[in-house]
Amino acid sequence: MRSKILGILVLVLMIANLYMIFIFAPNEATMGVIQRIFYFHLPFGISSYLSAYLLGFASVMYLIKHDLKWDRLGASAGEMGILFTSMSIMSGALWAKPVWGIWWTWDARLTLQFLLGLIFLSYLMLRAYLPEREKKAALGGVFGVLAMVDVPFNYLSIRWWRTQHPQPVILGGGLDSDMWRVMIVSFCAFAVLYAYLLDRRMAIARVEEEVEYLEHAILAHD
Amino acid sequence: MSPVIAIVFKDIVIEMRSKESVSSMLMFGVLVLTIFSFAFEPSSIERSLIAPGTLWVAFSFAAILGLNRSLAMEIDNDCLQGLLLAPVDRGNLYIGKVASNFTFMIIAEVIVLPIFVIFNNLKFNLQFLEIAGIAVLGTLAIAAIGSILSTISANTRMKEVMLPVLQIPLTVPVVIASVEATSMVLSGDTKGISSWLYLLAGFSIVYLTVSYLVFEFVVEE
Amino acid sequence: MPDTFALESEDIRKTFGHFTALAGVTLSVKRGEFLALFGRNGAGKTTFLKIAATLVRHSHGKLRVESIDTREEPERARRHIGFLSHNTYLYRDLNPVENLRFFSRLYGMPDSEERILSLLDRVGLRRRASDPVRAFSRGLHQRLGIARVMLHDPSVILLDEPYTGLDANAVEILNQILDQAASAGKTIILTSHDLEQGLRAATRAAIIDRGKIVFDTGAKDPAIRDAYAAYIRVGVGR
Repeated sequence: MRSKILGILVLVLMIANLYMIFIFAPNEATMGVIQRIFYFHLPFGISSYLSAYLLGFASVMYLIKHDLKWDRLGASAGEMGILFTSMSIMSGALWAKPVWGIWWTWDARLTLQFLLGLIFLSYLMLRAYLPEREKKAALGGVFGVLAMVDVPFNYLSIRWWRTQHPQPVILGGGLDSDMWRVMIVSFCAFAVLYAYLLDRRMAIARVEEEVEYLEHAILAHD
Repeated sequence: MSPVIAIVFKDIVIEMRSKESVSSMLMFGVLVLTIFSFAFEPSSIERSLIAPGTLWVAFSFAAILGLNRSLAMEIDNDCLQGLLLAPVDRGNLYIGKVASNFTFMIIAEVIVLPIFVIFNNLKFNLQFLEIAGIAVLGTLAIAAIGSILSTISANTRMKEVMLPVLQIPLTVPVVIASVEATSMVLSGDTKGISSWLYLLAGFSIVYLTVSYLVFEFVVEE
Repeated sequence: MPDTFALESEDIRKTFGHFTALAGVTLSVKRGEFLALFGRNGAGKTTFLKIAATLVRHSHGKLRVESIDTREEPERARRHIGFLSHNTYLYRDLNPVENLRFFSRLYGMPDSEERILSLLDRVGLRRRASDPVRAFSRGLHQRLGIARVMLHDPSVILLDEPYTGLDANAVEILNQILDQAASAGKTIILTSHDLEQGLRAATRAAIIDRGKIVFDTGAKDPAIRDAYAAYIRVGVGR
């Protein structure tokens, strides 16, 4: 029931959002049409950070409660994290090429995004190579905590590193009020999309576990 | 004798006999420095700029080798279970491993660092001591996080190969801080170096504390 | 005077993912008892012993060793427990003396060469005291393992299939040590595949099947042999 409501909400909001982004929003003075990527890029970035917090939170909760639902949340957050980090980087690159003429630069935010993506990847790889359910949850949980603790250090070290060696900054400048409206709608649309995807992914995770359980039960009775 | 110290002693005696950890770290460290020497023109300016980076690439990868060797020893004959049977807090077992890993890494670095100085035509003066000091801080940070990550990776199907996958992304702050601080020392302009040193120290303190608390979840079934 | 219990397990359960290793084991072992636990592979013998040794955490239930709750005070409990498994947990690059010295430090015992050497005497390893364990045969390994278990003089001794792969000499030594421990009032729990070996010095015998105790009686009770034979027969058909 909940997922149906979310699904419909996503559909409605996204259509509205796309309209706002491509038709309602004014053309940016210097960059032109390409600037509209911004309305996707920023929510992607926020979603990736949200995933990082969720992963950390779920990991801590699992270690305290030992309830597998927290582990499912962590795993789902990890996948969402990788998804949105990649999209954030790709949208950034698509923007940078026409505007700056380069695909990539080691500016603070991009570097942090990339590193975050690597951390999500490591987390998922760790889980993939752990054969037992308990180990997956326990070790995944520990790594989730260690990774979450790492994020502030990453942020600081990369920030300071980039002030030693300044590079062009991808995002800058203010937004006019119409653009803010579009931005807010975009945030809302992507927030609901995130909730919908997370809900669906958790449901799939629950089903996966049930299937595993049944497989096991059937084999045990051979 | 405290259990933590007993663990370090035991590891030192084993290492003196098998000579696996220190020698492989040493060899690997020197080889990495050598490859970088071939990869870049010996006398160019770029060479002196990237020198700190090559040093820490050598240290980072040598550390991974050493951590894997150290853990392999506990997996052999299931010795880790023997440690878990003892009336010792799991966190203390972790601290013991950090202490012995740190010791072996430092021993390897004591040899790799002078070789680095010679390869790059630096001097054995106060600068050298400062670089050594940064190396000690960075190594402690790597030992702190590496000791728990190696225990985690040993549980996976990929075993030791998983360690770099887990460790390299998480130790980026350590590498950046160590390289930047070392560069500052070499260039003579050390304004702002204290931030990097505090970051390294903070990293060690935070990870020693957090790992101490969660280590039991890694080793218990 | 009421008997004190060396080990009390109340409804101990353990699941590994979807696999239920222990489905509720309730067992009380009095001080000085020698319990032989029999069961098929996968019946739960090793899991139960490991939980008693605090190596594995139970999913449900209470376990007390010498009246100490193993969940609440695991370190205190471990002081009273000695555990021997198929793996001997010994460092191959160290010699017997070094191994035992290390473990005695872990248990917070004062360094005592005499104690270690006399222990090596008891297991017949005095002559090999300075050889690295790497060169030892399985029998010698196990003997040193026994020495490691007895090192801190535990009051509860847990042995998981200790006779596996042992030569006649080592079996003899193990039996001697167990007899000495039993007459010193230690509590012993031993698991085995071999009925005769297990029953030799035992005072009590039990069968565990699919995570539950299904039979429990005095070791001298002839019913145990029939029960075990039936258990094996049923298992073969499954």
